[in-house]
Amino acid sequence: MAILNNRLSPSAYAEHFQDIHPPFETLDAALVEANRCLFCYDAPCTKLCPTSIDVPKFIKQIATGNVRGSAHTILSANIMGAGCSKVCPVEKLCEGACVFNLMHEPPINIARLQRYSTEKAMAARWPLFTRKPPTGKRVAVVGAGPAGLSCAHALSREGIDVTLYEREPKGGGLMTYGIAAYKVTPEFCEEEVQYILSLGGVTIQYEQTLGANLTLETLQAQYDAVYLAFGVGQARQLNIPGEALEGVVDALSFIYQLRAEGFSAVPVGDKVAVIGMGMTAIDAATQARRLGASEVTLVYRRTQDEMPCTQHELDIAKLDGCQVIWLAAPSEVLGLDGKVQQLVCERMELGEPDASGRRSPKPTGETFAMHVDMVIKAAGQEPFGALVSNLSLAHKQGRVQVADKTRTNLPGVFAGGDCVNGGREVVDAVQAGKDGAASILIYLAGSHS
Amino acid sequence: MADLSTDFLGIRSPNPFWLASAPPTDKIINVMRALDAGWGGVVWKTLGSQVKNVSSRYSSVNYGSKRMMGFNNIELISDRPLHLNLREITEVVKRYPDRAMIVSLMADNDRASWHTLIRQCEDAGAMGFELNFGCPHGMTERGMGAAVGQDPEIAKMVVEWVMEKATIPVITKLTPNVHSVVPTARASVEGGSNALSLINTIQSVTGVDLDTLVPNPYVAGKSVYGGYCGPAVKPIALKMLTTVAQDPLTSTVPISGIGGISTWRDAVEFMLLGATTVQICTAAMTHGFRIIEDLCEGMSNWMDEKGFVHTRDFVGKSVPNITHWEDLDINYHHIAHINQDKCIHCGLCYIACEDTSHQSIRLDRGNPYNTYTIIEEECVGCNLCQLVCPVADCITMVEQRVSPEYVNWKEWQRRGLPLNDH
Repeated sequence: MAILNNRLSPSAYAEHFQDIHPPFETLDAALVEANRCLFCYDAPCTKLCPTSIDVPKFIKQIATGNVRGSAHTILSANIMGAGCSKVCPVEKLCEGACVFNLMHEPPINIARLQRYSTEKAMAARWPLFTRKPPTGKRVAVVGAGPAGLSCAHALSREGIDVTLYEREPKGGGLMTYGIAAYKVTPEFCEEEVQYILSLGGVTIQYEQTLGANLTLETLQAQYDAVYLAFGVGQARQLNIPGEALEGVVDALSFIYQLRAEGFSAVPVGDKVAVIGMGMTAIDAATQARRLGASEVTLVYRRTQDEMPCTQHELDIAKLDGCQVIWLAAPSEVLGLDGKVQQLVCERMELGEPDASGRRSPKPTGETFAMHVDMVIKAAGQEPFGALVSNLSLAHKQGRVQVADKTRTNLPGVFAGGDCVNGGREVVDAVQAGKDGAASILIYLAGSHS
Repeated sequence: MADLSTDFLGIRSPNPFWLASAPPTDKIINVMRALDAGWGGVVWKTLGSQVKNVSSRYSSVNYGSKRMMGFNNIELISDRPLHLNLREITEVVKRYPDRAMIVSLMADNDRASWHTLIRQCEDAGAMGFELNFGCPHGMTERGMGAAVGQDPEIAKMVVEWVMEKATIPVITKLTPNVHSVVPTARASVEGGSNALSLINTIQSVTGVDLDTLVPNPYVAGKSVYGGYCGPAVKPIALKMLTTVAQDPLTSTVPISGIGGISTWRDAVEFMLLGATTVQICTAAMTHGFRIIEDLCEGMSNWMDEKGFVHTRDFVGKSVPNITHWEDLDINYHHIAHINQDKCIHCGLCYIACEDTSHQSIRLDRGNPYNTYTIIEEECVGCNLCQLVCPVADCITMVEQRVSPEYVNWKEWQRRGLPLNDH
């Protein structure tokens, strides 16, 4: 047992990480699906989309051959509609609400149709949006992830000059750095960011970290308003003995490395335990398998009924051969020569519902050990608590507190996305960016008068 | 087991499904394939004046994922040498004596040409003739086809020429490119025609290519009006059929129904409205001759279910059920009912009624599913909600008579009963 990189041949990597949801190859294929759509009124799919994409309209537009109009319909509601078509958990959003489910028929493949139109738009670089005349106003946006990009794009359309400050060398945030490669490739993310920025009016400055080489005071002084969308970044610690052993990694770093450095560069164990059952846990587990781990086991302290990932995601993990141990909480990592050898878990049982409404796990006192050489922690992310405190932002356990979904306690400073909600879907962040832009526009109009 | 065999003026066929005069009946190879597949008979593609065809010839109207919802053509009558057609007809009749062999005719516009053609076809073994008075393109410019069918006087004259010579049954095929088919139908029967068939194709432009800006079908940068057929024309054909089936004179002769018949259901509908046999083309051109299997099986099963032994047992049964508007019962009323257990909350009924009808559906918003219920006092019973509903039997129309008495419009006026109630 060992943690090794470069376990597979280039062709094996390519095969393991190929697109899990292949696109419609032809217009004819898209039309078959588009024509199934009933064109519902006040459609349930639209209602369950956090960005309220007019789904029946964009599908009808594909059916009429107005693909450009279709892309405009999607992207005017969700500027990251291309990426969202690949990463959204549609089975609990639009497709989960499709009325065909009520007929026990397969729902309309909304994501795939959305991908069809938006990829056409990206490939041809259709200029679907134009900027209003310059207002002379300037806004700084911190974080070029989905929330920041969405906010910047919406502001630029209104004639506001935006500067985006991004910590990483690439834009896209967790879309670029935190999602399984078989869903969306880093190259695609880069193209999507470029397409969004092709509107103009948005300057992006990379490797600018708030609290390090960038201060909020400077931004407040130099800009008419500031939008904070710096996300969450830190993996939640397990706080158990042995966590510092070599071979214990956090899922975000694991996925980050995979996306930043390429498949063959990423070391992976032979027998891997993944702690958690969220989307990131699934992404880490499936990709550990695809990188060549022979055994991957997901460990979760509650049951399938309480798991944060969707059934669809769990199915992907199971189809990849990942094992699942329900009702088990890690209690200690045992090692030899500083390297992981075993993960000790305590068996749990479900007690009363907790604040989230889910039944909370209680220890039974019974323990068991698993022989593993790698432990990937995916038990959630923590907000940048220290940063938020240092910025004098009102917060709740590190999550920035906002009024009207957008306004912080500091005048002219707005916030949204993961840094406010603690970490949700890309599509939620895009909507937060739209909300932020709307609030900033009102604020700028008021300060102008 | 129902008996599908038909007797049309002594022309027998094992089922009522004939292939209409069209490209599928142009030559022996197609016709034999059709008869081997089980078709009851054919109407051989129109023989007569010698012509030259162009390329291309067809175009269609697609609807949603459905192709060939409507179909048109600018092809003329047979462009093969007459002697070849006649030789093949003889061969087919010899090989398939139990199938109907009707030959469609369109001779040049003089008595002698018709007489010669009739003699040649009878000698070849034709069992009946169908006079093509309906072709809407190409031949009309030469005073043939629809040019004949659109003028009852000329039609009658040509039928009389034909009847002077023909010794086998003669069917006159009617053009729909008139305000009513009845005058020509009557003139043809008065001229001696033994039977009628309808409809021929409808003059049409199926569409315009949005890149070249040339309408379809394309011939070297130009197009012409083509003859429209296929599923889209069925309702028009059924209406025209009914007018002939209801007319005191034309209803005395048998009718062969044509126009967008694709399934056994369509065929049954044509027969219920007065057709003894039906003719099919576009459905075969869309899917091939194999459709004959379900045409026969479907009709047979339906007949068994309904207790009809012979096709003649139901031919014309629905003709009396189409009446005049002024004879409709004004006291009949029905209103929509939505079965909430079947409703999938698509909202199609609501938006159709709210935007374009009588605002008779109540919307209670939910997330994500709204609830839709009928406001009974507002519903006029128009059927629109039921028609747009994608779920079978989710919306039903429930009878709620205004009063038990039958009162029609004439009586309503006579009694001075109130108007404008909505």
